[in-house]
Amino acid sequence: MTIKFEVNGKQVEVEVEPRLTLADCLRHHLRLTGTHVGCEHGVCGACTVLVDSRAVRSCLMLAVQADGAKVVTVEGLSRDEGLTPLQTSFRKHHALQCGFCTPGMITTAHALLSEEPDCDADRVREVLSGNLCRCTGYISIVEAVLDARAAYKKAVP
Amino acid sequence: MKNTFIGASIERREDLRFLRGRGTYVDDLQVPGLLYAVILRSSVAHGRLRSVDASGALKIDGVHAVITAKDMTSKDYPSGVPIVPMRLQPLPEFQPYEQPVIAYEKVRYVGEPIAVVLASSVAVGEDALEQIQVKIEEMPAVATSQAASKNQSVLFEVTGTNRSLTFEARKGDADAAFKEAPYTRRERMRTGRHYGLTMEPRGVMAEWDVTNNKLTVSGAAKVPFANRRILAKQIGLPESAIEMIENDVGGGYGARGEFYPEDFLIPFAAMHVNRPVKWIEDRRENLMAMNHARETEADLEIACQRDGTIIALRGEVHTDMGAYMRTNGAVGARNAPQFVTGPYRVPHHKVDSHLWMTNKTPVGTYRGPGRFEGCFYMERLLDMVAADLNIDRIELRRRNLIGKAEHPYKLATAQPTNAHDQTDSGDYQATLDRCLKEFNYADVSKLGGKLIDGKYHGIGVSCFIEGGGAGPKESSRLEVNDDGTITVYMGTASVGQGVETIYAQIAADALEVPIERIRHVYHGSTGIVSDGYGAYHSRSVVMGGSAVLDAAEKFMALLRQAAGKRLGCAEAKVTLDVDRVGGDGITLPLKEFAGLTAEGAFLNHKHTYSYGTHAAHITVDARLGHIEIVDYVVVQDVGRAINPLTVRGQVIGSLVQGLGGAVLEDLKYDAQGQFLTGSLADYLLPTASDFPNLRCFVTEDHPSPTNPLGAKGAGEGGIVAAGGCMANAVANALQSFGVQPRDLPLSPSAVWQLVQDARNR
Repeated sequence: MTIKFEVNGKQVEVEVEPRLTLADCLRHHLRLTGTHVGCEHGVCGACTVLVDSRAVRSCLMLAVQADGAKVVTVEGLSRDEGLTPLQTSFRKHHALQCGFCTPGMITTAHALLSEEPDCDADRVREVLSGNLCRCTGYISIVEAVLDARAAYKKAVP
Repeated sequence: MKNTFIGASIERREDLRFLRGRGTYVDDLQVPGLLYAVILRSSVAHGRLRSVDASGALKIDGVHAVITAKDMTSKDYPSGVPIVPMRLQPLPEFQPYEQPVIAYEKVRYVGEPIAVVLASSVAVGEDALEQIQVKIEEMPAVATSQAASKNQSVLFEVTGTNRSLTFEARKGDADAAFKEAPYTRRERMRTGRHYGLTMEPRGVMAEWDVTNNKLTVSGAAKVPFANRRILAKQIGLPESAIEMIENDVGGGYGARGEFYPEDFLIPFAAMHVNRPVKWIEDRRENLMAMNHARETEADLEIACQRDGTIIALRGEVHTDMGAYMRTNGAVGARNAPQFVTGPYRVPHHKVDSHLWMTNKTPVGTYRGPGRFEGCFYMERLLDMVAADLNIDRIELRRRNLIGKAEHPYKLATAQPTNAHDQTDSGDYQATLDRCLKEFNYADVSKLGGKLIDGKYHGIGVSCFIEGGGAGPKESSRLEVNDDGTITVYMGTASVGQGVETIYAQIAADALEVPIERIRHVYHGSTGIVSDGYGAYHSRSVVMGGSAVLDAAEKFMALLRQAAGKRLGCAEAKVTLDVDRVGGDGITLPLKEFAGLTAEGAFLNHKHTYSYGTHAAHITVDARLGHIEIVDYVVVQDVGRAINPLTVRGQVIGSLVQGLGGAVLEDLKYDAQGQFLTGSLADYLLPTASDFPNLRCFVTEDHPSPTNPLGAKGAGEGGIVAAGGCMANAVANALQSFGVQPRDLPLSPSAVWQLVQDARNR
C-alpha cells in the first residue's frame, strides 16, 4: 500500500507491504541508514526515531502507522555540516565508541531534553535505560546529556 | 616543532560520522541485484540429520535458491563440506571437533546452520524457512560439562570422548609444596555463560565478479587477513582473488570478526548463484550463533604459610566448550588455568583445564578470556584465606603482590602448547595504594557488614593484571596524497575503540606535523597493507602504534632521499614543516611528492601487562537479593596513554561489561540443550540506570619495555577484576549470614538463595 509522511522535513510517498516496520522502511526504502536495528524486539533502542516529536522504537512500529506523521531521524537533527550542541557534547565526553547505538541515544536524549531541559541525572538515566550501549558503560553518555541541557534551555522560548 | 598529540585527550575523528548517522555498517550497503540470505538453524540440540527437503520453499515467489550441505562438493574435504579451522592453538587433537560450515550428518547445537535461503527480501526468505522440511533423529543432549564428562552420549563418535583436550598449567612442584604446607583451603566455584554481545549483529555481503575472478567480502572485522587465508582455502581461490573489506564495525569484544560458518556460506552463495548476497544476523540468531564464553567450573586448592604467604595453587578447571572447537575456542580454557594467579607471586602452580564438548553454542574469546574467570577464583580464595588466617585482606594481598623489582616475573607455562608468559613492568602495590586512597578505604571499609536502612553494606577489593600486545607482527603504511596530506594505512582493525584518532595522533607526533595533515586512517581491509593481524588481545596501540612509528621513520628516510635529490642538498638537511619539504633554504610543497609511500612493521612476541586494583562499595538487600553499587573505583596503570579520553572509555566500558557478568548475564540451557535466553529480555545487559557510580583513574607510572611507545594494552582491565571484586563485596556485606558466593552471576535470585541457604544451615 502507499503511504505518505514527512521525513526530516521532506514529504515522501512510499509503496510498502503492510508488515514492513518503520525501521526497515527508513533504512531500505528511503536509504536513511543512520537509524540502526539492533534487536527487532524493542529492547535495545538503537532504532529510536522521533514521530511527531516523540521518541519511538521504529522496529516496533509499522511503516503504515507513520502515514501522515512527521518523522525525524538522526540524519534530520543536524542539517548542515556542523554538529548540534547535543552531538558536540557526546563528542566532548567520549559518549560513543563503535557508534552503533549512538543514533538511538541521540534521538532519545534529544526528545528528552526538548521536553525536559531541566532534567536531573536520575531522570536522564531512567530515560536512557531503554537504550542499550555495550561500549561506553553509560557514564560518559549521561555526562554528555547533562552537559547539553544548557543549549535546550536557551532554545525554549 | 615538537608535537604532543600523544597523551592529549583529542576528540575522535570517527565521531563526526557516527553522531550524524553517516557511519556505514555492513547492513547499510546495497548493490544492484542483491539477494538476501536467511539461515535455517537447528532447533534440536543433538541428533542425526536425516533429510532436508527444500522443495516447498523453492515454490515461493522471490526465493532464488536454497543451499544445503549437498551443494558443497569441495575435493579438499572428505565430506565435501568445508571445515572452519582453528586460528589459535590449532592442535591436531582439536581437528575432529572443528565445525563444518553447514550441518551434514549431525546437528550438535540449537542454532547450527542447516540451510541457506536466498531470496529477494529478508521477509520472503523468512517465509521460506517455514517451508523447509527437516528430519532429525534426536539423540540424548549433553548440556553441562559434568554430563559431558560421563561420556554416555558423545558428540563426536569418531573420538568416543567429549573431552577435546586437557591443558596443563605448570610452575615449580605444587604437589611437593602442598605436602609441606601448614595451611590449605580447597573450593569449588563457577562462572556463568556470557558472550561478547555486539550491539550491531554480525553481517556479511559477498560479491562475485566472474569476469575478473574476484571475490569481494564486506563486513570483515577483527582479523581480516587471517579470515581471507581461511576462506581462500575453503572456497578454492588464491588469496589474491579475495578482498576483505572492513566497514564501520558495531563492537567486537573478541567475539565479532572471528571466522564463523556464515563467513563461508555467504561468499559460497554469491558464487553459487552468481549474484551479490547479503546476510544480516538478527538478535535471536546472534544470541545462539555468535561465540559464547566463560562457563567454567573450578576445583582449586591454595596453600599458604601461616603469615598468608602463598606457597602453591593446584586443581582443575572445567570449561563448557559448546559443540565445536571454533577459531579461538581454546584461548579462555588455556588462560583460566595459566593466569588464575593474576598479579600474585605463586611459586608452585599446577592446574589442569579440561575442555568439554557439549550440545551448546560453541565458545570463543570474550574480552579478558579466562582472566575474568581466573581473577574471580583467585580473589575469592584470597578473601577466604584472609578470614581463615585472621589476616587483613589488604595486608594479605600486599604480602603476595609481585614486587616492582621482580619483573619480568615468570608465570605458569601451559602445555601442550608450551605457552610461556611473563610480566613486563609495574608497581602493583602503588595501584593498590592509589585505589584505596581514592576509594577512602580506611573509612569506607568500616561499613562492611553493617545493616543500614535495611541494606547490608559490603566492600570488595580485587587486583588484576591484563595481558596485551600479542604479536607476532603488525603493519602500517604512510602515503602522501595528491593534496599533500598524508594517509595512514593499518593492518589492524577497528572494533569501535577509536583507532583512527589514535593512529593519527601517533603518526602526527612521529612525523612532527599538525594532526590535520593526517587526512585519513584506513584499517581492517586486506587491500591496503601487505600483511595485517588485527584487533584482539589489547594490541592495537602496542603493535599497530609501534608499526606507525616504524613506518614514519621509513617514510622520512624516503622523503629525505627524494627531496635531497630534488633540492640538491644532503639528505640530513631535509625537513618536513607542515606541508612543505625544505632543505638548504629552498622548499617544495609536500604534494610534489604525492605517491611517496613507506610501509613499516613492528615485530614482537612479548606481552604487555597493564595492572591495577578494583574496589567496590555495595549494598545488598537480603530480602530481595538486589545489589546496588554505592561507589566503585578502578585504578589502572597503562604504561602510556595515547589518548586519556579513550583509555577512560575502555576502562569504564569494560568494567560495566564485567559488572554485567558479575550480576546479570547468563546464557541458559535446559537439560535437553534447548536455548532459554533467546532475547534481550532474557539475556540481561547492564542499562544506564544499573551502575551510575563508577570512577576510574589511569596512571602511566611504568611504561612497558616491550615496545617503543611504552604502551600497555588497556582494553580489558576493567572487566577482569569485576567478578571477583563484586563477589568479595557480597561476601563482606553478608558476613553475618556466613555467605560465601562461589558462583557468578550474583543475580537477585542467586543472592536471595545464598541468604536462604545460610539461614537454613
